[in-house]
Amino acid sequence: MAQVEEAADARAAAQSRVRLELLTELVRKDLKVKYKNSALGFIWSLANPLLYLAVFTLVFDKLLNNGIKAFPVLFMAGFLVWNFFNLATLSGTGSVVGNANLVRKVRFPRVVLPLSSVGFAGVHFVLQLGVLLIVLALFYRDAFGPQLVLLVPALAVVTVFAIGMALLASALNVRYRDVEHLLEVILLAWFWMTPIVYPVTFVQDRLAGNPWLFDLYMANPMTGVVTAMQRAIYVHPVAGGRQILPAGGYGFYLTWLGVGGAIALVLLAAGWWTFRRFQADFAEEL
Amino acid sequence: MAKATILAAGVGKRFLLHHKRATSLKERLLLHRQSSSEGFWALQDVDLEIGAGQTVGLIGPNGSGKSTLLRVLSGILAPTTGTVEVRGRIASLLELGAGFNGELTGRENVYLNAAILGLSRRETHRYFDDIVGFAELEPFIDNQVKHYSSGQYVRLGFAVAVHVSPDILLIDEVLAVGDESFQRKCLDKIAEFQQRGCTILFVTHALDLIPRICSRGVVLDHGRVLHDGDPVEAAERLRSLLGTGADQSGRGTVAGDRPRVAAARLFDPASGAAKGHFRGGEAMAIEFDVTAPAAGPPVSVRMAVTGPADVPMWVMESDPLHPGPDGTATVRFTVKELPQIKGIYALAVAVRDPAGTVTYDARRFSEAFLAVGDTATGVLEVVWTSEQVEPPDENPVER
Repeated sequence: MAQVEEAADARAAAQSRVRLELLTELVRKDLKVKYKNSALGFIWSLANPLLYLAVFTLVFDKLLNNGIKAFPVLFMAGFLVWNFFNLATLSGTGSVVGNANLVRKVRFPRVVLPLSSVGFAGVHFVLQLGVLLIVLALFYRDAFGPQLVLLVPALAVVTVFAIGMALLASALNVRYRDVEHLLEVILLAWFWMTPIVYPVTFVQDRLAGNPWLFDLYMANPMTGVVTAMQRAIYVHPVAGGRQILPAGGYGFYLTWLGVGGAIALVLLAAGWWTFRRFQADFAEEL
Repeated sequence: MAKATILAAGVGKRFLLHHKRATSLKERLLLHRQSSSEGFWALQDVDLEIGAGQTVGLIGPNGSGKSTLLRVLSGILAPTTGTVEVRGRIASLLELGAGFNGELTGRENVYLNAAILGLSRRETHRYFDDIVGFAELEPFIDNQVKHYSSGQYVRLGFAVAVHVSPDILLIDEVLAVGDESFQRKCLDKIAEFQQRGCTILFVTHALDLIPRICSRGVVLDHGRVLHDGDPVEAAERLRSLLGTGADQSGRGTVAGDRPRVAAARLFDPASGAAKGHFRGGEAMAIEFDVTAPAAGPPVSVRMAVTGPADVPMWVMESDPLHPGPDGTATVRFTVKELPQIKGIYALAVAVRDPAGTVTYDARRFSEAFLAVGDTATGVLEVVWTSEQVEPPDENPVER
């Protein structure tokens, strides 16, 4: 009898635990739904970084030479990871409201909804990063060096940060439906506050007189992530006598990744707590 | 002694009816501290202990909290007061196919839905053929679900839900959908679960099902448990609560001098033989006896045929009736051709003054007739007539 009861308890737990299999099934669903009716399907998403690279090479290397060597590589290093964060946050925000029917009628761990949105964005990111690395292998062989190891902590920080954002925003969005719209605006401003289309040293030089202001700028976890990504892939820190990426070894990057990671963990905790607190009311609010 | 599978202690659920609730951050800022809300207890002091292997029928009038209770027990809603403990895997058939995505094929949805209900991919793979077979969807399983008919959709939803080998099955009136043969199949499946020792709690309006299937009946009214025990008593209790108690087909007695609906009869207009089972396209006659003060003002009878979930299918209204000297009047509605409807239908009837401003009496004859036709699509066109007739002689009205 005890065994039977234990098995029943295990099955009950399987319904409320976050299972990897459920997550992958949901990510698979999102991918299938997104690419169902397009003939080229996934190719579009993979072609995306290639198109950006082509356009940026044409515009910034040939037409408006901004003096930064291999600028498209610098840009892509930050842009892809930003895209991941942006997509994970936005699709995560709408994930609970978007699955209202499920939330109202079926018992399952609600937290898989924002988590699977992050997973969905993650699949795109990994594939796009793969495409970028292939292109680099063909045209920018120098990128493959020991500095690539920086990718590991950078990706860890951005993943934690994105999960925290998705949890927090998806829970708030159930109560206040304009969170989604607000976030779109915030993310646009945030994009320009992060050194993606311009090198971080431009800001560093400009704020040389107010180091605390620069520290504040760097405290943005996405800045830490983006600069580390750039340092990992872009190998021309100095171009035309100008410092493009901060010098001084990896200390600078690791320090700011550490700060960003700490903030990301705090956000994750806040997001988790908020989601747990709000989720009991989801079925009523939707 | 095995512990209870479902243990609800002092469960209450209070919904807030928001009048001025901020639903956006913008409003939140503008409406600062102005939001007002009113509580509404959908459930109060519900204590339920359901042991493993029991089949419990949950019945009650509309809005008595049945669905809320199922949602609380299945962990979708959090109770405001009290605690709920559940042992085992729950399959809650609150809405079939709730997790389906129209863009995906039936096959993909089976895997997705099973994963949501707690099955691993390997387990789903093992049950897959059974699920598709049960839903009778073999030729369509690779079609997108958005192209399914509502019947196919529901069948697939039911098939997945019952194949996740649940320990507890919570069913909310889902058996009202689907055609008769599928309903029978569902009932067979439920019987199979009973044999396997599965705990079942189901909500139904088909009161005759309760004694047939359940070992126990629970009546809810206004969020409280009114009766918990014998299923036959439970059904009776609810009937008396709804005012559709005994004497559904017999003749009533006149009480007071207000007009009342005394009886209803359904029969074949050609032969005059009583009938409760009609095919689409057949003729149908419905007679109502009305008692009213002799030589009093004329009254009219208005009736609606209501289908599953009390949806009115069509409405018929008589011309003014003039009660005879014995204080009765009988009206006959004749439907020339019954539309192609399917299922068990009820008659909701009211006696009113011909202008329709005062309703003297209203009654509901549930499970009045069974119709077997192709499922109706679109608007129903029902041709009917009404006439005042002499009450039948063989069954004189008691006075």
